[in-house]
Amino acid sequence: MKFNWFKKIVKDYPKFWETYLSYFNENQSKEKRYVVFDCETTGLDYKSDRILSIGAVAIQNNQIIVGDFMEVFLQQDVFKPESVPIHGILREGKEEKIVEAEAVIRFLDFIKDATLIGHHVDFDIEMINQALNRLDVGKLQNQAMDTDIMYQKLKYLPQEQHSSLDELCDIYKIKKSDRHTASGDAFITGLLFLKLKRKLEI
Amino acid sequence: MKNPIAERITDFLKHYPPFSSLSYLNLLEIAKTCQVIYLEKNQTLFKINDATHSFFYVVASGAVGLSVTSDADDVLIDKCDEGDILGLRPFFAKNNYLMTAKAREESIIYAIPIETFKPYVIANPEVLSFLLESFASNTRNPYDKNNKGKLISENVIYNDQSSEIQYYQPIKYTSNPITASPNDVVKFVAQTMSSSKIGSMIIHENRKPIGIVTDKDLRSKIATGLYSIDVTIDKIMSSPVITVADNLSIAEAQIIMLKNNVSHLCVTKDGSTDSEITGIITEHDIVVAQANNPGVLLKQSKRAQKSADLKEVREKLADLIQHSLDKNVPINHIGSIVGEINLAITKRAIELAIEKIGTPPPAQFAWMNIGSQGRKEQLLLTDQDNAIVFEDVPEDKYDTVKQYFIELAEKVTKTLNKVGYEYCPAEMMASNPLWCKSVSDWQNQFKGWITAPGEKGILMCTIFFDYDFVYGNETLVDAITKTIHEETHENQLFFAYLGADALKNPPPLGFFRQFLVESDGEHKDTFDLKGRALMPLIDAARILSLSKGIKNTANTISRYAKLAELEPQNAPIYEACGDAFAELLKFRTEEGLKSESDGRYLNLSELSKLDKVKLKNDFQPINDIQEVIKNRFQLTYFT
Repeated sequence: MKFNWFKKIVKDYPKFWETYLSYFNENQSKEKRYVVFDCETTGLDYKSDRILSIGAVAIQNNQIIVGDFMEVFLQQDVFKPESVPIHGILREGKEEKIVEAEAVIRFLDFIKDATLIGHHVDFDIEMINQALNRLDVGKLQNQAMDTDIMYQKLKYLPQEQHSSLDELCDIYKIKKSDRHTASGDAFITGLLFLKLKRKLEI
Repeated sequence: MKNPIAERITDFLKHYPPFSSLSYLNLLEIAKTCQVIYLEKNQTLFKINDATHSFFYVVASGAVGLSVTSDADDVLIDKCDEGDILGLRPFFAKNNYLMTAKAREESIIYAIPIETFKPYVIANPEVLSFLLESFASNTRNPYDKNNKGKLISENVIYNDQSSEIQYYQPIKYTSNPITASPNDVVKFVAQTMSSSKIGSMIIHENRKPIGIVTDKDLRSKIATGLYSIDVTIDKIMSSPVITVADNLSIAEAQIIMLKNNVSHLCVTKDGSTDSEITGIITEHDIVVAQANNPGVLLKQSKRAQKSADLKEVREKLADLIQHSLDKNVPINHIGSIVGEINLAITKRAIELAIEKIGTPPPAQFAWMNIGSQGRKEQLLLTDQDNAIVFEDVPEDKYDTVKQYFIELAEKVTKTLNKVGYEYCPAEMMASNPLWCKSVSDWQNQFKGWITAPGEKGILMCTIFFDYDFVYGNETLVDAITKTIHEETHENQLFFAYLGADALKNPPPLGFFRQFLVESDGEHKDTFDLKGRALMPLIDAARILSLSKGIKNTANTISRYAKLAELEPQNAPIYEACGDAFAELLKFRTEEGLKSESDGRYLNLSELSKLDKVKLKNDFQPINDIQEVIKNRFQLTYFT
């Protein structure tokens, strides 16, 4: 019997994380999939604030696939009344809520190895990473693209000049209904991404 | 799982047929399977001969143009706007797309999988019939009463109105032609031919063609005295007549005519001379089919029987304008063609009104178009401006005569309104007693405006000096023209007033060469193309051509051309003005077609950089021409 020296070093990850990692090992022959997503959170501090909801929809072949979609609402341990007016999610709201772990697992299962798209996506990714950290697994492995940075590139704007999703919607004439719901923002960001992608000829 | 994105799409779809006939839940199921596509301007969704997609499409925002290719040119067939459906072909046919769908502006499209939608189509007869009707009829949204609908089918039935030359398409011909029997007398046949405005008549025996009589036969056999006018028609008919079957292409028809050296073909049930007559193809049909076009529309308006027929002509005219703009036909050509057709529509409306009244006009009269219609610069549907002048009549008859013409004008303006020309909000119409009067009254009216110019008089001059004879007795209009030129000749005060009026709109650029936009009101921050750019050029052309005594030219471009001829030293300025005017008019027309408005206000943020530069260059001549007016009429101290 051979002794495996590395056994103690390679951490024993839960099943969902193994599955998630396995997506990245597969051959990349299939069509590239993007996932636009947005998290509504209790605030902007990724250490103390928590995710309230995640909305995500897939883009393939320059088309938003409406059926390839997920939305979850999270049970809130941290509740900040002051942010309720922005996202409209109450602690005891009528949406069915799940625990953070469940939400993140579903999210990983949804995104698989897709390239993540978001507006100021680093924040959303960090929020997910913090949640993953609480589950004691690694960070998101996906590539990510930020629509704000895409816009900077397109217009040759300096790096420190940021644009809000609202501003870009106005510029590109995207209707802003459902703004500040996770899936509504994800959809709007998706449209914005398609426009920018075309203009940047990616 | 709830899917707010699908709900959002459902909320959109439920407003448009055929989706409006489906339940919300069904629609939600459909929406969940859709895909959302973004198209950049000029990006294609599908091309002619592409294998059909497994989706059909709904325009969520933007606009998609459907076009066919002919002679290597794209010919626009239709434009789909918000809520319109396209790409239905895969529902009904296996073969490839027959059209190209290309975004005319940035668009968002919902792609709905045909597989998901099919069960709903089968289960809902309303949806099925909507799709079938639209696919089969090519009449756009069949639910829309005015036939000005939205939905476009892929099933292109080329009739000569909907597209340009389609050489290999079936020819459209006259079915159930007027026929005569061999025993009819020549004189009677000729009378029928002229009253029905046709150039040939098929002679039949038991509904089978045995010969044909054409204008040529009448000319060469009757008019020359070869036969008497009382003989029976079989003596002079050409026989046998060349017969063909239905469904002939334009090319085939033309070849058969050339081969047999004839200008008419008789269509019969099975194509032989021994079967029933079903139609007649003339050389004219071939010309018409190849050049779908102003000719057809002119002919159609001449034959119109009611206002709906005229409305149809005007709608097709809008397509014609769009095609011509797409093909970069010079705007003044488009303008003159459109002017002719507008003229024909008005003429026919007058004729119909006279028929309706039932008694012939009690005096000679002339119908004039004034304002932009008079200048023939009306490419879009704007309001109608017109006037009537009738010959001088004895005083005791004056009132009844005037009453007749006012009634006539009311009927005509009503018809024109139905066709799509709005009533003039300022009542500058012949139905207004003020603008329906005798020659002498008109002459006095103009004298009044010219000799005692005031703000109001000048305003009237700017409208009524641009007139165009439309219908009736032209000498009446000439008489007015003569008076105007006598009165204005060397009339410095009048020109000073008119000149000051022409300068009231300064060139539309600010000190830093930025656009001057509207600062308040409904059109805030848009550019008033008509008021700030077109009117100054129109006004300048009017005063200069009046002062030069140019007659019978109301069109601004023609006026500048005449001016350039008369004053070679200023020709460059005049030519530049003419060019700038054409360009600006094109801007307005394109804007109008795009936004279905009168195109008066341009949204600058929607213009490309190039367009803005073009616009600005067109403003330079306005500066120059206003300088000319200032100096020539010595206005520096006047205002």
